[in-house]
Amino acid sequence: MAQISLDEIAHSYLPFPKTDADYALKRIHNIWDDGGAYALLGPSGCGKTTLLNIISGLLKPSKGRVRFGDTDVTDLPPEKRNIAQVFQFPVLYDTMTVFNNLAFPLKNRGFDTAYINARVKEVARILELEAVLHKKAEGLGADAKQKISLGRGLVREDVAAILFDEPLTVIDPQLKWQLRCKLKEIHEQLKLTLIYVTHDQVEALTFADQIIVMYEGKIVQIGTPQELFEYPDHKFVGYFIGSPGMNFLPCTMENGKARVGEHDIPLDDRTAALGNRATGSLELGIRPLYLTIHVQETAGSFQVPVQSVEDQGSYRVVALAFNDQTIRARIAENDPVPGSRAWVSFPKKWIRLFENDHLLK
Amino acid sequence: MGLILDQVNKYVEGEMHLADISLDLASGSRNVILGRTLAGKTSLLRIMAGLDRPSTGKIVMDGRDVTGISVRKRQVAMVYQQFINYPSFTVFQNIASPLQISGVPKATIKEKVMETAKLLHLEEMLDRMPAELSGGQQQRVAIARALMKDSQLLLLDEPLVNLDYKLREELLEELTAIFKKRDCVVVYTTTEPSEALKLGGNIVVMDKGRVCQTGPTTQVYRNPATVETAQLLSDPPINLFAAVLNDGRLTLGDDLALAVAGPIAALASGRYHIGIRPNHLYLHPQDPGDIKIHATVEISEINGSETFIHFRYSGYKTVLHEVGIDARKIGSDITVYMNPGNFFVFAENGDLLISPGPAKTAENQTA
Amino acid sequence: MKKWQDNKGWLFILPVFIIVAFSAIIPLMTVVNYSIQDIFGPGQRIFVGTEWFKETLTDPRLHEALWRQLLFSGLVLLIEMPLGIAIALTMPTKKGLGSSVCLVLIALPLLIPWNVIGTIWIIFTRPDIGLMGAFINNMGITFDHTASGLHAWITLMLMEVWHWTPLVILLAYAGLRSIPEAYYQAARIDGASAWAIFKYIQLPKMRGVLTIALLLRFMDSFLIYAEPFVLTGGGPGNATTFLSIYLVKIAVGQFDLGPAGAFSLIYFLIVLLFCYLFYQVLLNVGKGESS
Repeated sequence: MAQISLDEIAHSYLPFPKTDADYALKRIHNIWDDGGAYALLGPSGCGKTTLLNIISGLLKPSKGRVRFGDTDVTDLPPEKRNIAQVFQFPVLYDTMTVFNNLAFPLKNRGFDTAYINARVKEVARILELEAVLHKKAEGLGADAKQKISLGRGLVREDVAAILFDEPLTVIDPQLKWQLRCKLKEIHEQLKLTLIYVTHDQVEALTFADQIIVMYEGKIVQIGTPQELFEYPDHKFVGYFIGSPGMNFLPCTMENGKARVGEHDIPLDDRTAALGNRATGSLELGIRPLYLTIHVQETAGSFQVPVQSVEDQGSYRVVALAFNDQTIRARIAENDPVPGSRAWVSFPKKWIRLFENDHLLK
Repeated sequence: MGLILDQVNKYVEGEMHLADISLDLASGSRNVILGRTLAGKTSLLRIMAGLDRPSTGKIVMDGRDVTGISVRKRQVAMVYQQFINYPSFTVFQNIASPLQISGVPKATIKEKVMETAKLLHLEEMLDRMPAELSGGQQQRVAIARALMKDSQLLLLDEPLVNLDYKLREELLEELTAIFKKRDCVVVYTTTEPSEALKLGGNIVVMDKGRVCQTGPTTQVYRNPATVETAQLLSDPPINLFAAVLNDGRLTLGDDLALAVAGPIAALASGRYHIGIRPNHLYLHPQDPGDIKIHATVEISEINGSETFIHFRYSGYKTVLHEVGIDARKIGSDITVYMNPGNFFVFAENGDLLISPGPAKTAENQTA
Repeated sequence: MKKWQDNKGWLFILPVFIIVAFSAIIPLMTVVNYSIQDIFGPGQRIFVGTEWFKETLTDPRLHEALWRQLLFSGLVLLIEMPLGIAIALTMPTKKGLGSSVCLVLIALPLLIPWNVIGTIWIIFTRPDIGLMGAFINNMGITFDHTASGLHAWITLMLMEVWHWTPLVILLAYAGLRSIPEAYYQAARIDGASAWAIFKYIQLPKMRGVLTIALLLRFMDSFLIYAEPFVLTGGGPGNATTFLSIYLVKIAVGQFDLGPAGAFSLIYFLIVLLFCYLFYQVLLNVGKGESS
């Protein structure tokens, strides 16, 4: 158990990287607390798996040091690092039983049989695998297989961190909920450091206390789910998190209001002050969830044509034409549904201003 | 006009893969087949395409019996989970390939390729090879190729499953728009209820080789014919409790007894299953008619704007889905509010008896 | 997947069917025909039933040849399979010039015809002018495959191993390359030793290709003819008279077509039986561990 510090890490897959573009990871400098649940979130090719492999020791970074607690582990191979990893597709030893799969890491480290038996039973109980313990791993369902992969990590008491590389990719939606809850339970019980790599915002946000959003080899923001949702540091975070993503409207400042085309959108004093100070190109951002839609004319709202209303079951997405741009609003299942026109208002509390793609704060 | 499946059965080595499937899919319709892994979605798609022959039953395409007619002689296009393109062709050649086989003049091909490429935002990369593209772009090429054929039937087998979440969301939106404009039968399989709801159109809910229910997606969502369908078309999963109705009093789980009015009161005394969707459980009272239950938080999840709280009620795993952030500590006590007006009532055998009042529908919803 | 829709499909396999009929079924039936008749000359044949089979099965020289053959095939497999796997494991894993050069070098012996192999090795091991033969003899050890049965065997084994281990290497190498990287990564994290990785990942994942390698190598070595024929013609004495050499002696040397026919069929059935046994064993290997 230890905190993980990443000290000026950079990595390139090329032998002699020259420009910035040659680096898959540009500069990562961070400390992750012991016992935290972290998610590395980003699109394919953002460097999240590279970073994970650097932490696990499967890759040695081109630059920088990795430390677990006070120990510099940069040059240590994975088996010496006290970490466990669960991969995208279940990795099992097909010829072994579930029991032997779980016991494998302990046997390799030369523990005695009594201890191994007790430990494997304990882990099997936590993961609800007792019933299949003496079956061949080969014939089990994808969710059971992923549990076994996870179990091989949990079985080691010395494990400092468990790394997950998109572990729910092959799992059906209903089972995803179960497995994710199981992970959270384990985290609560065992207080292990968990690092979870995914492209799926729902998985990342629901799983982790702290989310590290990555884009093109860089960390764009680290924060709690709420911070990322309410205060995205960068337009990319606004777009990538939330479904649908944040609405962005190019605007200018006029008398303390944000002017979008012919509409003047009122701002609170703080936001207005930030906007007035800005010199770059400004954009107004607001989450679809926070736009208020009225079916009748209401003070302080703008009348706009409705492009479409999509029923998603527990909510609806309303697309509106606002100054030649489409903006989306999300309304609850039981809210009144607008017809061909609607009145939209922008609650001051939820309006964010972005200057050259970065949040003003 | 459209695709009709008439009592299709499929056995493989004595094992039932598809049982008694009858479907009527109209031309120009979007149809989503929803089911778990191994529910028979791909088997059904292969039979629709003509890649497999049904053990018994008939397939009729635009009024013509096509059972047993080779896939080559049918007007079918298919997109797979894996990104399947010709590795030695450029993107342009890949997209053009379905037409080149049938000997269409070059100018027409070029025009159509440009048009389709534009639809899928591939104009910039027509000269590249598939291996130089990202996963999302490769799948766009595969979809473009499928759209090139003037097929009567467009089949997509979990086409977005290998793509990033955000990419999936965007492509799904584009595809929905593209499908709406086409007059062929579109069939799309998925395991994700949210994907089915986003695509809209009609849904075919499948489980263990059988069709559970068909109909317009939102209608099936609000009136699931069985417990099974309700579970399959709910993400997070619908909450289910056993209940006993006795003289107008409903006992939910172990101890919660409540007087019921309206349609539930009209039911005969006996045992039922009560279903309630997670977004109809609340942490704060919504209506004077709400009933309260007390529970202990097992897990709470926050996805930035919404809260999911998992708890056990009378031993039933239950999940509450609330918009807004309302974090609760694990092990803390909560009061959960729900309204019997949001109850789905299922008979003991799982058939739907009562669904919550019809949702307020759009006055003139633009399609 | 049944291919059902085009019954015309049968037309396409008709040529193959005809070729197989002429190349396999008709000759085989001819052999069956021989094996149950005594043939004195054209038109002079007597039906003898299972007479030839009885005679062949009780022929002590055939028994000797069979044991010799089994020993030979057994040794060949015992050497070639582990050696092939071991070499495959040491080959470069990354794509590139290194692995290409390796593959080409390893495949070279496979390109040489069998009879040439025999000649090469005869010269190579000759005590007077052969590089290896002269070298060994100069060291004071008498080595002569025409005089000593053991030396003939050693020479034959060398030939066989040199010629055919590359096949095992290539198959094992292909099997190894198809194992996803994640398995190795997981094993490293689990602290598995190189031996454990081999036993629990590489070997199980190579099972399919190794089964094929084993079957091919068994059949080939069990039917070996050209090499001992070129080397010593089955000698010295009967030291390298394997089944096929003995068969040819009966059929061509003594022109006993009846016993030769019966012999051929028995030979054929033995090969079939062993292949079936190997296949079954390999198919079920590792499945017995669940308890």
